[in-house]
Amino acid sequence: MIEALNLCKRFRDKKRGEVRAVDGVSFTCRPGEIYGLLGANGAGKTTTLRMLATILEPTEGTARLCGHDIVEHPEKVRANCGFLSTATALYPRLTAQEMVEYFGKLNGLDSVTLKKRIDEIFERLDMNDFRDRRCDLLSTGMKQKTSIARTLVHDPPVMIFDEPTLGLDIMTARTIIEFIRECRDRQKTVIFSTHVMREVEKLCDIVGIIQSGKLLAEGTLEQLRQRHGENDLEEIFVKIVSPHYGAQELV
Amino acid sequence: MSLRNIGIVYRKELTEALRDKRTLITTFLVPLLLIPVMGAGFTGVMSMVIGSAKKEKPKVMIVGGNDSPGVVEALKQNPRINVLPTAPDWKNRVIEKDIRAAVEIPGGFDKNLAKGDAGTIKIDIYGGELKSELAAGNIDGFLKEYRDSITARRLQANHLPAELLRPFQVKRQNIAPPEKEAGAILGGIIAYMLIFMCLNGAMHPAIDLTAGEKERGTMETILSSPVSRTHLVLGKFLLVLTASLITAMLMMFSVQVSTAALQKSHVLGEMAEEGEPAPQLALRPAAIASVIIMAVPLSVLFSAGLITIALFAKSHKEAQSYIAPLMFLVVIPAVAAMLPGVDLTPKLAVVPLLNVSLLCKELVTGEYHWNYIGLIFASTCVYAAGALFLAVKMFQRESVLFRS
Repeated sequence: MIEALNLCKRFRDKKRGEVRAVDGVSFTCRPGEIYGLLGANGAGKTTTLRMLATILEPTEGTARLCGHDIVEHPEKVRANCGFLSTATALYPRLTAQEMVEYFGKLNGLDSVTLKKRIDEIFERLDMNDFRDRRCDLLSTGMKQKTSIARTLVHDPPVMIFDEPTLGLDIMTARTIIEFIRECRDRQKTVIFSTHVMREVEKLCDIVGIIQSGKLLAEGTLEQLRQRHGENDLEEIFVKIVSPHYGAQELV
Repeated sequence: MSLRNIGIVYRKELTEALRDKRTLITTFLVPLLLIPVMGAGFTGVMSMVIGSAKKEKPKVMIVGGNDSPGVVEALKQNPRINVLPTAPDWKNRVIEKDIRAAVEIPGGFDKNLAKGDAGTIKIDIYGGELKSELAAGNIDGFLKEYRDSITARRLQANHLPAELLRPFQVKRQNIAPPEKEAGAILGGIIAYMLIFMCLNGAMHPAIDLTAGEKERGTMETILSSPVSRTHLVLGKFLLVLTASLITAMLMMFSVQVSTAALQKSHVLGEMAEEGEPAPQLALRPAAIASVIIMAVPLSVLFSAGLITIALFAKSHKEAQSYIAPLMFLVVIPAVAAMLPGVDLTPKLAVVPLLNVSLLCKELVTGEYHWNYIGLIFASTCVYAAGALFLAVKMFQRESVLFRS
């Protein structure tokens, strides 16, 4: 369960002065649901998700993951979520197994549980061939699997994906999409950000459309279609976002 | 949980460091090889220059003395010089370094010698030129012996004892304890090397674990794990400290082995003045140990300081450009401490780096001024703690971690 309550993030920027990257965002995602955060580049998706993962601290507002407050108990929040983005790279000089082990240990798993967990995940993701290969020698697909294994090792109830398919080839992207679906089937709470309409259509139970740091619309795909009288998600998106697009640049 | 997490981070960073060629080179290879290579290079060149100068039989001309075959013949018989036939331009030849020296014998030398006073023999040399000075030394020594033998003969002829002209003897001897002599010779350079090695050992890992992590995109990964940022930076700091201390210790070990090897070789004997014993270079284990203990707060200071600075950078290269000027800043007090006459005072004892350099100079000679040792150790610990505090604080700042 994720509950975002009026999340705000302001940065100081030399050229632009104060920037409101995220401006009063509230939403709820429930276990067994995929929440898609849809927005253009710079809309505030990454900042929102980084705040949920406690990598950044909100300037105002807060959020609760599985009942833990992200400002007051960031360590507990991190122990309850897996965070994956194209920016979360692997340690090049560790092997795939060492990488996953490191995160298992940091999550407080004892060695018996950890070994069991790793064997299980490596078997399921078909990673045994490159178990002992250094991460800098892995192919993109293998790296992505290792990253997935890293986020799964402590079996977190909440999964946060920040543009997980950005820059990946079709086959690797499919593995990720498959994986996100599997997370939902296992009754995890899943939130993911993207600017690819097709991914939203394929995956999301609930869509939130974000622009200039504000959550402009929210609902199931069906609700959005009815509300805006359009069938195509792209058309809906443009309709919602256009009045606000470039607002930031104008300020 | 807390110590456990620091340990987990430390062990992981250690695994990675041991697989990183550049870390291995700066931590193990540089301190082990730098001293012997520099030492062998320096002493090798020195002994080659001095050795070849000493081996050379200097070419010498005798000017005048046609009427004094006695002294001329004696000079020609001297096996340590090579007497060439006199040329009219002998002065130029000395200046052109064709010959090393010329001996001017005053007219009627042999005849006047028999009577009593024969005047002054001049040795013309090229001042400041090593080979010319050595040749002059040879001739000078030989002529003094020649004079002494004549004196002895005269005393004997008059039935007088040889002691008449030498009522007492003078002899110089070195009573400095060997380790103190070594300390006096090596003190300054060891302090300098220690500071340099502590910094050098910490530099690459400090950059690799901060700016390097940003550059490789693993910063966000690790920040999404439950480990707290304080534990994370402390684990990283401990690894950098380890590298710095290993570098410093290996450097001291290398100094010890190199000086022992140098002592055994004939090089030092060759460099010493004739008849003097070779200087002692071997340091006492206690001196080595006390220097290494002083290195601990110094390494803490450098490790934490470098982490703080490197954390600002977005890439390895950027971090290097921040740290390069720092090298100069650090080297200045280390060099200042090598200057003669700069000694420990209560004021200098709180100047960071300079105090450690000066103290090391004393420690190496086996002098233990406990009040200074306490003051310097404590003040360095304070600076180190400050730097560590700053590093931890920096690691909490989003604007530093996610600088764009």
